[in-house]
Amino acid sequence: MMQFMLLFSRQGKLRLQKWYFSYLDKQKKKICRELITQILSRKPKMCAFLEYKDLKVVYKRYASLYFCCAVEEGDNELLALEIIHRYVELLDKYFGSVCELDIIFNFEKAYFILDEFLLAGEIQETSKKQVLKAIAAQDLLQEEETPQGFFEDHGLG
Amino acid sequence: MPAVKGDGMRGLAVFISDIRNCKSKEAELKRINKELANIRSKFKGDKTLDGYQKKKYVCKLLFIFLLGNDIDFGHMEAVNLLSSNKYTEKQIGYLFISVLIEANSDLMKLIVQAIRNDLMSRNPVHVNLALQCISNIGSRDMAEAFANDLPKLLVSGDTIDFVKQSAALCLLKLFRNSPDVMPSPDHASRIVHLLNDSHMGVVTSAASLIEALSKRWPDDYKGCVSLAISRLSRIVTATYTDLQDYTYYFVPAPWLCVKLLRLLQNYPPPEDPSNKARLLECLEGILNKAQDAPKSKKVQHSNAKNAVLFEAIALIIHMDSEPNLLVRACNQLGAFLSHRETNLRYLALESMCLLATSEFSHEAVKKHQETIINSLKTERDVSVRQRAVDLLYAMCDRTNASEIVAEMLTYLETADYSIREEMVLKVAILAEKYANDYTWYVDVILKLIRIAGDYVSEEVWYRVIQIVVNREDVQGYAAKTVFEALQRPACHENMVKVGGYILGEFGNLIAGDQRSAPQVQFELLHSKYHLCSIGTRCLLLTTYVKFCNLFPEIKHIIQEVFRTDHNLKNPDAELQQRAVEYLSMSKVATPDVLATILEEMPPFAEKESSLLAKLKKHKPQVEELESVAQEKKSRPQAVMAQDGGAVGSLVDLDHSAHSEAAALVDIFGSPSTTTTSTNNTATQPTGEPVVANKDDYSKFVSKLNGVLYEDETVQVGCKLETRNNLARLGMFYGNKTQTPFTDFKPVVVCPGALSVQLQAQAKPMDAVVAAGTQVQQLINFVCVQEFNRTPIIQVSFNYTPTSGQSTHFDKFLYLPIFINKFFEPTEMTSETFFARWKALGIPSQESQRIFIAKHPIDSTQVNAKLTGIGAKLLSDVDPNPENFVCAGIIHTQTQQIGTLIRLEPNKQAKKYRLTVRSSKDAVSKYLCDLLADLF
Repeated sequence: MMQFMLLFSRQGKLRLQKWYFSYLDKQKKKICRELITQILSRKPKMCAFLEYKDLKVVYKRYASLYFCCAVEEGDNELLALEIIHRYVELLDKYFGSVCELDIIFNFEKAYFILDEFLLAGEIQETSKKQVLKAIAAQDLLQEEETPQGFFEDHGLG
Repeated sequence: MPAVKGDGMRGLAVFISDIRNCKSKEAELKRINKELANIRSKFKGDKTLDGYQKKKYVCKLLFIFLLGNDIDFGHMEAVNLLSSNKYTEKQIGYLFISVLIEANSDLMKLIVQAIRNDLMSRNPVHVNLALQCISNIGSRDMAEAFANDLPKLLVSGDTIDFVKQSAALCLLKLFRNSPDVMPSPDHASRIVHLLNDSHMGVVTSAASLIEALSKRWPDDYKGCVSLAISRLSRIVTATYTDLQDYTYYFVPAPWLCVKLLRLLQNYPPPEDPSNKARLLECLEGILNKAQDAPKSKKVQHSNAKNAVLFEAIALIIHMDSEPNLLVRACNQLGAFLSHRETNLRYLALESMCLLATSEFSHEAVKKHQETIINSLKTERDVSVRQRAVDLLYAMCDRTNASEIVAEMLTYLETADYSIREEMVLKVAILAEKYANDYTWYVDVILKLIRIAGDYVSEEVWYRVIQIVVNREDVQGYAAKTVFEALQRPACHENMVKVGGYILGEFGNLIAGDQRSAPQVQFELLHSKYHLCSIGTRCLLLTTYVKFCNLFPEIKHIIQEVFRTDHNLKNPDAELQQRAVEYLSMSKVATPDVLATILEEMPPFAEKESSLLAKLKKHKPQVEELESVAQEKKSRPQAVMAQDGGAVGSLVDLDHSAHSEAAALVDIFGSPSTTTTSTNNTATQPTGEPVVANKDDYSKFVSKLNGVLYEDETVQVGCKLETRNNLARLGMFYGNKTQTPFTDFKPVVVCPGALSVQLQAQAKPMDAVVAAGTQVQQLINFVCVQEFNRTPIIQVSFNYTPTSGQSTHFDKFLYLPIFINKFFEPTEMTSETFFARWKALGIPSQESQRIFIAKHPIDSTQVNAKLTGIGAKLLSDVDPNPENFVCAGIIHTQTQQIGTLIRLEPNKQAKKYRLTVRSSKDAVSKYLCDLLADLF
């Protein structure tokens, strides 16, 4: 079972965090801090796995973003690597060659896509088509609902 | 600003841009505070906000939170969004709650109700949102509310596929978080049949759920074995076009494949011949495919393919019955050892560790020894080198021990600091376990101290001394070697300790040689004396007094040393005491008396190696590895010193090979006696055991000792001492019968989440309690974080009552450990008390109960009870003298929880009002419930 997933930039800024195991806020901050420093200090040719407490951390860098997830002892590391890749593919398909800014400005979408793909730390749907279909259906519902407050929005909001 | 997808909350995008344009951290904080003030005023304002605005503001709050700021409002507005009929508003509401709501929030009831409504919605996307929310939070309230309905939703024919997928994982989450709330496995067979579903997504989700449930109810779910095998077989034999979108880079359904292979590892190899044949076919198929030319150059292809391969190998190792497959697996991994992908080398080393423990593949692993040693030398990544060390440790046996130990010693000189201590332990263990003669062992340990002295823990050098003391044949050699080691110019303090001890005991064995005459020995040691810490000096003083006995001719020199001011008047009490006592002892006692007092140490009576225990503490998985090794009974355990008689084998590993779990406890020391697993025998199928003292254990909330349980057979008493977040519980078991108790076994269980919150460690006990006697057991607790359940002890034994029939006694008892036991009383004035009281003013921090008094309202009794709770009872603080107030800090390992208690009696109505405020919400609630029972 995956325990958490973190996305952070090369500068060490956290862009997305998803926790599948309940940690205290303090613990979460500590984990993020420690892992980000540790991973950023690793060299490119090093292996993508590291041990952190009793967890296995799997990470991969895509352009300016690091994707990192922690799985339990006994979980398959290579597949965790491919979970990351599939999530990147999903983001890429949805946003059309995704970049860090897309995730900053549409963070809620990044969460929604993740929820359709992984649930309770387990993979829910591995088919790219199915996940994107579900997200497209959400967007469709969105369009049916006429946005209100459009005018207020052009002020300060 | 990039295009915003979907409906686009422009205000949000503008805000995010603003934040990104901030030049400094201060500017960012200023912008955030401005926004927070704005949102706060909008939420508090008279004008009612429409759903869109609420959504936008809630989303902004979420963004601010994700930037790393605390958010203390907006929760209610988010909950309101849940009942919106607009999907996007609902969705943002759910997102906010999933990220920001704590499981014990006061709003949980409202949230549960909103989820309930959405679950009944006709619109499946609403149902899905609700399910995702449960999966994200999975609190106990949710488990209690939905655990019964979800299985029905999951197996119903009317449920559409994507809802089924969510429902399966939702159920899994609830099961993991609250295993006791889950209904008994009524739906087992229908859930198992989801493995046959035509929708691959449903099968994948269901496989995760079944994998977890089958661990808890292996019998009810055993039907999954044959279904999993046939599913697996269909995938393995599929071409990559068969499964369409479930093929990942030319690998058919890798995720499902791995899940099924994992599931099968929960069961022994199938007995049914056709199932077994089919499974072996699958495993061979996977191994064959590993040889095929890759269908794509992409790393995703090889990763997915190898992920399946590694999982198949894990299953082969688990089955441990197919020598042919084990050896093939080993060869495959051997090829990976020199693969150019670092990831594969890492995994191959890791996987081989397990193969090394199987009797069938142990030899095959050894063929790769050279490559593995080479990895140790050449790998650039420390995590990979660490794996190589682990593997060398696992594959070590009598035939290759000297080579492996030598290589590890060489590597140790340049090893990364992070892994040195563990390596030292491993080398020490291997050297002891596989020593053909003890001179080699002594050499190895002394070399360890020489090259990595700082990393040699006490256990290691204690151990070498124990062995030397217990083995007569090595004592002379040891004395000679330490003497030589001490002569080197740079000499680690640990070497001085070992040298001091050994020369003090056995220096006489080498005194015949002029080069190591008594005085030379003494001067050599004493030349180090002033460079050493107080502890080492104390040890050396003992060596010196022993010299007085061994070598009377240098007694006068030694007495001079004792007499010097820096010894006789040393500010350190222990050192001074030794100097004073040894001096007068050497002066007063006759040689005979001195010889008796300072006689050679008797052999150490010890069965277990504390080194193994230490290594396990360091790395929990080592224990598993070791116990796996224990299970492989047929693999010869190379243990030396079979002829040692009473001295015996110190690591004593081979005895365990033919004994049960109880013996393991003995060998591995105390930790294994404490079981923290939730699916222990202590929990009955329904989750909670029947506890014998459940009616009156609550009296221990305000008491530290007393009788926990008593009947005509046994009396169980307890006595508790606590300090900060530690507690030491003395348990007393009195045998009231005329016959002994046999197979006596008390086992501590921390059910569910408690196993994480509270660590328990019980001392192992003798299995026999003689008639009419009492035995004591010490249990140590560490309060890691706040908890709200009570640990349980399972006491079981056999005895023979007067009727003559042997009877089994087996009862569960609550232990007197409650959160308030970790209170530190805090004195405070009326002013500070009420200032703190106000500071804890958030509604969720307070818990209040009004209840009818069970006992007459008598202030001395109430006083006594409140004092017994552990917090400080404060007088002259409450303006109303009738009221009682207490203050204290609850210590946990992770934090300190300030807690205030106020008890207001109403004598007319015979009622109390009890208010507890605490910096942790859960604590105030639990304490309030706990205390309300007392009055």
